[in-house]
Parts: sequence; structure tokens; C-alpha cells
Amino acid sequence: MNKARTNPFNKTAMHGALIIYTLIALFPVFVILINSFKTRKAIFREPLAMPDSESFSMIGYQTVMKQGDFFLYFQNSMIVTVASLFFVLLFGAMAAFALAEYRFRGNLWMGLYLALGIMIPIRIGTVAILEMMVATGLVNTLWALILVYTAQGLPLAVFILSEFMRQVSEDLKNAGRVDGLSEYTIFFRLVLPLVRPAMATVAVFNMIPIWNDLWFPLILAPAEETKTLTLGSQVFIGQFVTDWNAVLSALSMAILPVLVLYVIFSRQLIRGITSGAVK
Amino acid sequence: MTALSLTNVNKSFGKVHVLKDISFEVEDGEFVVFVGPSGCGKSTLLRVIAGLEDATSGEIKIGEDVVNLTPPSKRGIAMVFQSYALYPHLNVRGNMSLALKQEGQSKNVIAERVNKAAAMLNLGEYLERFPSELSGGQRQRVAIGRAIVREPKLFLFDEPLSNLDAALRMNTRIEIANLHKQLSASMIYVTHDQTEAMTLADKIVVLRDGRVEQIGSPMDLYNNPANKFVAGFLGSPSMNFFPAGLVSEGDDRTIGIRPEDLFVAEDGALSATVTHVEKLGGDTNVVARLDSHQITARLFGQHDVEEGTGIRFGFAPERIYRFDQEGARLSQ
Ligand SMILES: Nc1ncnc2c1ncn2[C@@H]1O[C@H](COP(=O)(O)OP(=O)(O)O)[C@@H](O)[C@H]1O
Ligand SMILES: [Mg+2]
Repeated sequence: MNKARTNPFNKTAMHGALIIYTLIALFPVFVILINSFKTRKAIFREPLAMPDSESFSMIGYQTVMKQGDFFLYFQNSMIVTVASLFFVLLFGAMAAFALAEYRFRGNLWMGLYLALGIMIPIRIGTVAILEMMVATGLVNTLWALILVYTAQGLPLAVFILSEFMRQVSEDLKNAGRVDGLSEYTIFFRLVLPLVRPAMATVAVFNMIPIWNDLWFPLILAPAEETKTLTLGSQVFIGQFVTDWNAVLSALSMAILPVLVLYVIFSRQLIRGITSGAVK
Repeated sequence: MTALSLTNVNKSFGKVHVLKDISFEVEDGEFVVFVGPSGCGKSTLLRVIAGLEDATSGEIKIGEDVVNLTPPSKRGIAMVFQSYALYPHLNVRGNMSLALKQEGQSKNVIAERVNKAAAMLNLGEYLERFPSELSGGQRQRVAIGRAIVREPKLFLFDEPLSNLDAALRMNTRIEIANLHKQLSASMIYVTHDQTEAMTLADKIVVLRDGRVEQIGSPMDLYNNPANKFVAGFLGSPSMNFFPAGLVSEGDDRTIGIRPEDLFVAEDGALSATVTHVEKLGGDTNVVARLDSHQITARLFGQHDVEEGTGIRFGFAPERIYRFDQEGARLSQ
């Protein structure tokens, strides 16, 4: 069969490359994590040393817990990210299904129009968005962020998903129609499970920029009760003095939920690829 | 009574005119086969009948009702697809009962019909399996079972055997023929394979480029093809064609003769060179070059014919067909 698969040298080389890449990718995370458990002096004296009995300190985490309502920020970030992903996937998949499945006037133009958003950064419209949010009274609510992130994620979602939906067996959808399934049932029960890998891809692509975003939380929802984690962490970064212990601790804690979400989606991704095909 | 009648049905996708003025009828209990080369519009025609595509113009009647605007599930039809199209998330029982659930049938009726169909198709022991755990032939039977349980007025099959291997194809073909006898339902069956058409059909509809070329019983079409296309499409090996000029000077018509109507004769009218011999045991197919045309003779029994040697074929004059330049059949 495939030579690359059986040749032990290639196999070693491939694993070696993957391991090196993993090490490089994880190094910054590792540095952040170890330093978050050290005293300020130790961070600067020996940034790469592991925390020992002398340099170990939880001061960063204590500051983070005391300062502001860290759990609330956490919760806000979580709500915004999960809700935005949910809407991006739901509406993105629905629009993609309509574009891929139905022949109607302006189908092509509608597809191009929806894809246009990929090329135009949404931040260009910040002022207009802020005005709209003020007019609708959504400023300083999580909805403001959810709506903006949904809009931001939709173009790529529609683009990727419609490509995948076109590949779903025409016969399968038609079998559903002959059996009396509604278009919604066909969409949710037959088509969505088959494009799960694509959905996971879209989710992963969207999740990290939303979680890390500072711009829109700062402009649209800077109030204490709607602060996201990224925005909340900024209090530790001053113009003149930065509380590095607190920044590193906050970052360490911010990594965790993204990691969990990522694991969930990547499971889906792999399951989607390996589950039985149509035929 | 007629189970289905189409009157001047046309279908265009944008500028592409796929079905052109199709009219025919399917009688109650009849087995009708649409046959034609790939891309001639067979599947499109079937989808128009099923209601999965709207006809651009023309009338479709199932039983007494005009169904142009009726959705597929309300037309009293059931369809079997080439790719099986089983629902991957449901097991065999779930696949077979879904349509009945949608119709709102009671649990008892569903169980009874599913069990009956499963028994008919020898699927009893697979009812709890998922499609991914079945072989190709079993999946095809499930797809057929899914159609049977609905007890439709009209069955539609779209090339149901083309994904099966040769041995299984023959068995399933016989199964479908038996099914037709048991259910005495009307069936429409699409195929590009003339053998399936000849063996299964009560009536064959030959299609080419979205047009009906000829309609008739298999033997009608075989013995009385309306044109060169139908003559060449039905029968295997297919009919031989050569210019009539080869046997009678100055004749510009085309002659067609079936391989089994050629025989080896010392004083035969056709002098050819043998290029290939296929010995099938029961028959021997002799492929030869006649001028620049390839002709095939099907000789009954076993014959020793040397490749590369000259050979003369004779034929009975009443067995030949004549066609004009456009391919239309001429009456001698
Ligand atoms: N949805 C469609 N849009 C445009 N053209 C189509 C569509 N479906 C089928 N066709 C065209 O119609 C013709 C007949 O297709 P089809 O009915 O699938 O042929 P067959 O089943 O006989 O092989 C083909 O030329 C195909 O390109
Ligand atoms: Mg087809």
C-alpha cells in the first residue's frame, strides 16, 4: 500500500517533525504557566526556570481573584463565545443549505454578497456599529458582542459550509422528500450530521478570535458587569507599571476554557471524518 | 386503467432543454423500463414524475389526479435510488418505518408492514443493524424494502443495480421481477443497460437526448425498431450496420443485421477478415472487419475460427433492416 506509511524512516521523520512542532507551539504556553506561579523577582531573574520552593508564589492568582470580578468576566467571555458560535453555525448552515440546495433568482449573487464579508474587516464599520448599538440601547449588553461576532463569523461559515453541503448526496435529500420529511427535518437530521467536520472547522476558526478580542468589548461593552476576560485582564497592564504576576495568572486561566472547547470540537471533527459515509 | 400518464412534458434547466415533449402511459400493474445512454434525461424524467423536479410544461397524471403541484410524499409513489440513499443515523427498521411514521400510521401497522417487507426481502436478521454495517446488496434490499412498506401505487427505480457486482445484479434483477409479480404494482425502472430492460420490461421506453425514440414491448422493439438508434441499442452484441453499397452497387442506404442472423457460408455475400473470436461455450462470437466496418456474427455452438483468416458470411434477405441517411427505418 502506501510506502510512506510502512517505511520506518519516514515514520520517524514524520513523528519527529510533529513533536518538534508541538514543542515550539506549546513553549509560550509553558512559559506563561510556570511564570504565573513565581514571584515577580523570579520571573525577571530566570524566566525559564521552574518554580521552586523559594520562587513559588500564588500572588498573581490572589491579585486576580481580589481585583475585579474575575469569575464574572470569565462567564461573560464564555457566554459571548458560545452564543456567537451557536448563531454562526446555525445561521451559517441554514444560509449555506439554501444557497447549495435551492435554485432561485439571484442565488449566485446572494452567495457572492455573503462571501464578500470575508474580505472586508468588520472593524471598518465600528463607528456605525456603535451608533446602531446606541440607538437600539444594546450598548453594554452581551447581546451587542454576540450580534457583532455572529455577523463577523457568518461570511466564512456560509462559504465553507455551502461548499460541503453541495457534496451531500442529492439522492439522500430526495429520499427524505419522497418519504415526507420537511425541509427542516432534512436539514437538521440528514444534512447537518454529514457536514459535522466542516462545522467543527468553522467553530474552531471562529472561537479563538472571539475569545481573544479586545476591540469590541472595549467599545461596545466596557461596563463592569459585561466585561470579558480579555478586557478585564487589561487592568493589570498599566502605562507605567504592569503587574506581571496578575497578567500571567489571568492568561493561564484564560487558556483553559478555549482548550476545553477545542477538545470538544476536534473530537467532533475526527468523529465526523471517521463515521460511516452515505453509501 | 392507467397508473400514470404524461402529456407533452418538457423540462429545462435554464437554457438547457433536457426533456422534450415526453408523452406516454403506464397501465396498472405494468412494468415499464426507461432505457437510454447516460445523460439522456432518464433520471430527470423520473424525478419529474416523483415531483422532485417541476415540469417546465406538460401534464402529469397519477391515477385520475393531475399531480403537477403535488409534493412527492403525497403522490402515492415510492422511489429507490442508485446510491441507496439510506438514512445513516437510522437502523434498518428505522429506515423502513420513517415514511410510515411521517404518514401518521399506527405502531401496529408500521411493525406489521416492516416485518412483512423484511420477510419478503430476507432482511429479518438485519433489522437492528445500521446501514454502515451492511453489504452493498443488503443496502439495496433495504432501499427496496423502504419503498415496499409504503404500499405505493407506483414504484420508481433509478438504476438500482448499477452499484452491484455482476453476480448480485442478476440475482437482484430476478428478485425485482418476482417482487413485481407478488405486489402486482405499477413500476417504472430506469437503466442504461439493455439486458435489464429486455428481461424486466412489459414495456420499454427508449430515450435519446431527452426525446422518446420508441415505445413498445421488448420483442416489438427488437423485431421492429423504428430507427437505427433503437436497433443498435437493444440486443447484445448489438446490430451490425454497413452501407448497402457493399452488397448492391449504388445503393446509398444503410443495412442492419443482427449478429445471430449472420451465418458462415462459402458463397456468402459478405467477405470479411476475422479479427477476434470470443468462445462462450454455448455461442461463438466472431468479430470481423468488413471493408472498414466491424461486424459481429453470433454462431450457435462451438466453432474453430482462425483469427486473421478470410471468412464469408451469408444472411437471409428477409432478416435485414434498411435505414436512410438520417437513421430512420425504411420498409425494405
Ligand atoms: N439540476 C440540473 N441542472 C442542470 N442540468 C441538469 C440538472 N440535472 C440534470 N441535468 C442535465 O440533464 C441531462 C440529463 O441528466 P440525467 O437525467 O441525470 O441523465 P441520465 O439519468 O439519463 O444519465 C444531463 O445532460 C445533465 O447535465
Ligand atoms: Mg441517471
